[in-house]
Amino acid sequence: MLTKRIIPCLDVRAGKVTKGIAFKDNVDIGDPVAMAKKYYEEGADEIVFYDITASSDERDIMIDVVSRTAEEIYIPYSVGGGIRNFDDMRSALLAGAEKVSVNSAAVLNPDIIAEGAKAFGSQCIVLSMDVKKVDVSDEIPSGYEIFINGGRKAMGIDAIDWCRCGERLGAGELVVNSIDADGAKTGYEINLTRMIAETVGIPVIASGGGGAPQHLYEVFTDGKADAAIVASMIHFGTYTIPEIKYYLHDRGLPIRMNYH
Amino acid sequence: MIAIIDYEAGNLTSVLRAVRRLGFDAVITQNANVIDCAERLIFPGVGAAGAAMEVLRRTGLDELVTTQVQQKKKPFLAICIGIQIIFEHSDEDDVDCLGLLQGNVKRFADNQLKIPQIGWNQVYHVRDHPIFHEVPDQTELYFVNSYYCEPADRSVVIGETDYGIRFTSAVAKDNMIATQFHLEKSGPVGLRMLKNFCEWQP
Repeated sequence: MLTKRIIPCLDVRAGKVTKGIAFKDNVDIGDPVAMAKKYYEEGADEIVFYDITASSDERDIMIDVVSRTAEEIYIPYSVGGGIRNFDDMRSALLAGAEKVSVNSAAVLNPDIIAEGAKAFGSQCIVLSMDVKKVDVSDEIPSGYEIFINGGRKAMGIDAIDWCRCGERLGAGELVVNSIDADGAKTGYEINLTRMIAETVGIPVIASGGGGAPQHLYEVFTDGKADAAIVASMIHFGTYTIPEIKYYLHDRGLPIRMNYH
Repeated sequence: MIAIIDYEAGNLTSVLRAVRRLGFDAVITQNANVIDCAERLIFPGVGAAGAAMEVLRRTGLDELVTTQVQQKKKPFLAICIGIQIIFEHSDEDDVDCLGLLQGNVKRFADNQLKIPQIGWNQVYHVRDHPIFHEVPDQTELYFVNSYYCEPADRSVVIGETDYGIRFTSAVAKDNMIATQFHLEKSGPVGLRMLKNFCEWQP
């Protein structure tokens, strides 16, 4: 049986892992390659690097992180955040990433999804989206709207419509990041995750809000997620990946336990 | 020396890094002389069957690989799209493939399942084989696939996996091994299997 994936996310700024609350107030917490290696050894099913910087010289630092990671870990990992165009995708994949995720760039230019899928295969292209709960309207019938630029700019696009569109254009997986839940550690956005998981035929990765193993249990069962991103709850030592995995495994979820 | 055959299909460097990490000498190549000198061959890759076969035919690698496997009897490991194009025909792009093993490649049925299958799934050992040395039965390994092989001769099946149906996830015959899962992305257990192949004397 296919297992539920637990995916640590490392937000990287200027070559350091950092973590913020509600997309703000970042603190540096470690070296990305060392942290990726530690999580790999503890049984992470995949790793996500998210480049939260914008300038192009820092992009080169990120590519260096990606290629040094390739020497250390032998599970899939993806790179997102700084992927703006076809060349960015190509250089991340060549540096050793298994997948790239596109977010704002795809909202502004959806063709980038199709271009990437055609050149590298859908399995390489992850569509990541930042979603905020809003009032239900004719424009946003689900009550969930797509935002870009780190949650600062509303796009007037319904999240459910955008997921359908991303799947049709060739995205292989979706990362659904709740801006409301991000960093709050009070649980994933279950309702949003389930609506999307029931809409698309590709895997859905829940992101934002994971603070305890119970939150992963909820998003894998009620939320119907295929995978969940974890960050704060493991970065600060509150929980370890094995603790989370045992919790979920003990409650009957399919979890990869043999990772030594 | 191990030749990792370059047929322009996806991320070959991850296989190269893993093999080198294990302490074996390896090279990514399309060159007939290099492949002919190699003591064993790895045939990795991701991508679509049609594009892979087009490259193999255009470069003449189709005949070269067949000769190396069938006449020279070199240890041969095919991974992911590799396991699919060693069979006779693939429904993906409706293309004739290498035919090193008899059988066809089919797509997962579209009911209720997410396609492609992406993630870690258990491999049941159907038959013992040196590639499984020190690998526990039912260990999860990393898959990314929409298609699966159906061997005509069931005796080649060494591993099976459940995804809606029970499908063939590993085969072996004589000097050939092929896996649908990515050994190079399957953590320490995947590396153990790669090592088993690199040391295998069929």
